[in-house]
Amino acid sequence: MKSDFNPPIGKISNINGQCISLIGNDIDTDRIIPARFLKCVNFDSLGESVFEDDRKTLKGKHPFDLEENKNASILVVNSNFGCGSSREHAPQALMRWGIKAIIGESFADIFYSNCIAIGIPCFTLPKKSLEEIQNYCNNQSLLLEIDLKNSLAKSKDLNFNLEIKESSRKMFLSGEWDATATLLEKSSLVERKYKELPYIKFI
Amino acid sequence: MSQDTLFDKVWDLHKVSSLPGGSDQIFIGLHLIHEVTSPQAFGALKDKKLKVKFPDRTVATVDHIVPTDNQSRPFKDNLAEQMIETLEKNCLEHKIRFFNIGSGNQGIVHVVAPELGLTQPGMTIACGDSHTSTHGAFGSIAFGIGTSQVRDVLATQTLAMNKLKVRQIWCDNKLSKGVYAKDLVLHTINKLGVKAGAGFAYEFAGPAIHELSMEERMTICNMSIEGGARCGYINPDEKTFSYIKNKLYAPKNEHWDRALRWWESLKSDENSIYDDVIKLDASKVEPTVTWGITPGQSISINQQIPLLDELSPNDKLVAEEAYEYMSFKPGQLIKDTPVDVCFIGSCTNGRISDLRVAAKVLKGKKVSKNVKAFAVPGSEKVATEAKQEGLDQIFKDSGFQWREPGCSMCLAMNSDKLIGNQVSASSSNRNFKGRQGSPSGRTLLMSPAMVAAAAINGKVSDVREFIN
Repeated sequence: MKSDFNPPIGKISNINGQCISLIGNDIDTDRIIPARFLKCVNFDSLGESVFEDDRKTLKGKHPFDLEENKNASILVVNSNFGCGSSREHAPQALMRWGIKAIIGESFADIFYSNCIAIGIPCFTLPKKSLEEIQNYCNNQSLLLEIDLKNSLAKSKDLNFNLEIKESSRKMFLSGEWDATATLLEKSSLVERKYKELPYIKFI
Repeated sequence: MSQDTLFDKVWDLHKVSSLPGGSDQIFIGLHLIHEVTSPQAFGALKDKKLKVKFPDRTVATVDHIVPTDNQSRPFKDNLAEQMIETLEKNCLEHKIRFFNIGSGNQGIVHVVAPELGLTQPGMTIACGDSHTSTHGAFGSIAFGIGTSQVRDVLATQTLAMNKLKVRQIWCDNKLSKGVYAKDLVLHTINKLGVKAGAGFAYEFAGPAIHELSMEERMTICNMSIEGGARCGYINPDEKTFSYIKNKLYAPKNEHWDRALRWWESLKSDENSIYDDVIKLDASKVEPTVTWGITPGQSISINQQIPLLDELSPNDKLVAEEAYEYMSFKPGQLIKDTPVDVCFIGSCTNGRISDLRVAAKVLKGKKVSKNVKAFAVPGSEKVATEAKQEGLDQIFKDSGFQWREPGCSMCLAMNSDKLIGNQVSASSSNRNFKGRQGSPSGRTLLMSPAMVAAAAINGKVSDVREFIN
């Protein structure tokens, strides 16, 4: 885990870093951060516990334990990554370990929104391209330069057109992924909505 | 794009604005919070010097970390005590209604809100818990959110979201005897897959759904998320309205008549348009048990664990992982698998009707001596009702432990955990690796009636052999 953790702030347009490949479909948030680590009132120490049980089972051979991955920041996964619980602790743990972006075949909906809300762009690629990246990572270190403006990932040997929801891409480029300020701007409309809704008077 | 479904109507009604990036700002009508996913959100409000926008639209209870054996304070577990104290302090400071232990209304948040009449048709409901989809059983649009979104709802009463597509899951005919809502939803997830629901809200409809009680409908919507759909719902009908009537927070007097008229108008129109429609035959569903490490890996009680060749290429990777983790051989029967622990409870199946059905199976029988069995009512109200009906005594007489309300071994954030590679028969919702508290613990999901049958025989059994 990196000791100098700084959460992302403002506009995010470029992410450069080393890839770390984690193979498997349907990797759930209980595996990313087991429930016993949710007994906390802040996220500070979650980074060290990311994938705790999987790592213990693999006794040092888990990608998150390999020496060559210790500075990696772009996680490469397969399909339905982050399924299960809504715990934001999962992306928080990944982020505090050092992950700044994720590329996968598909993501679970709540995990995806949580990643956006804390400033981790999630990109999709077809299965074949992911296998290509993951095979490459097996043999050598892959340094990727991600350009959000053009949805491109470049490296010495491999180049990809990444896919990302247009609304997410725009939010990262404008900084509005940190949504509170934007949502607060429409305060008067929100108050009008509150008065308009039929059921507010019911309870 | 879907049109004129309940989802469309409720979404449009709650839309506050279109955001620059293209997503919508959606008003959240009811916000439910608990001790696990809210402390950091309140912390963020403090950092940003923000207040709770509409404290009357947020309701709190404590469920995930509460012990189910001894609930006297302070809790033995210091971290759990710290979490409940933080919630108490935050609710007091921000004037949020809090149903604490001993209030008579505490329990699992998705059991409590419906039984208090807080959950109503036409609302948008959010909670920092993925099983918030449960509330869709009432014709509300309900979904789980993470902590940063909890912060946004507290501060603004709104969320930035992309509108979901709508898939109707039409269930023909009706369930046969000994087959329950849990079996139907496990069957559905198996047929569609655990990621099919990504980007979708699921509308459950058809004669088999119409036939279900409100509590059974909650079981169905609860597990939408296990099929990848963060939101599942059922159009409201007479059963919905009569369930809500006279509940503590149900509309009263002239509000009731107004509410009824409005609720009636919310249903998906007869000629509404869906992004996708799937049809299932409920009469074909049999008692269903999971054998793997995702809720989609399930089979009927008399089936064999699938061979690798029988699975689609996409399912093979996880299947191989599952055989190894579960120590099952492909082709092996699930029936007669020995179980160590039997758990009845959770937001999926911890309601009074679940306890009634299990008690009926257990009455006059004894739990196998090799099994540790325990029942955890979903709420204080459920516990009280069960005691009034003498259900607690039936459970205890059979050898089940009778516990205090909470989430318990569904996710094992308290001391209720599997040990080593124990096998549990569980009425909960997730069979993920390590889910029930032991990194090598193994979970078989099934209906509460099937858990009761497994407890008696000490092995996975067909509950239909117990009920005639």
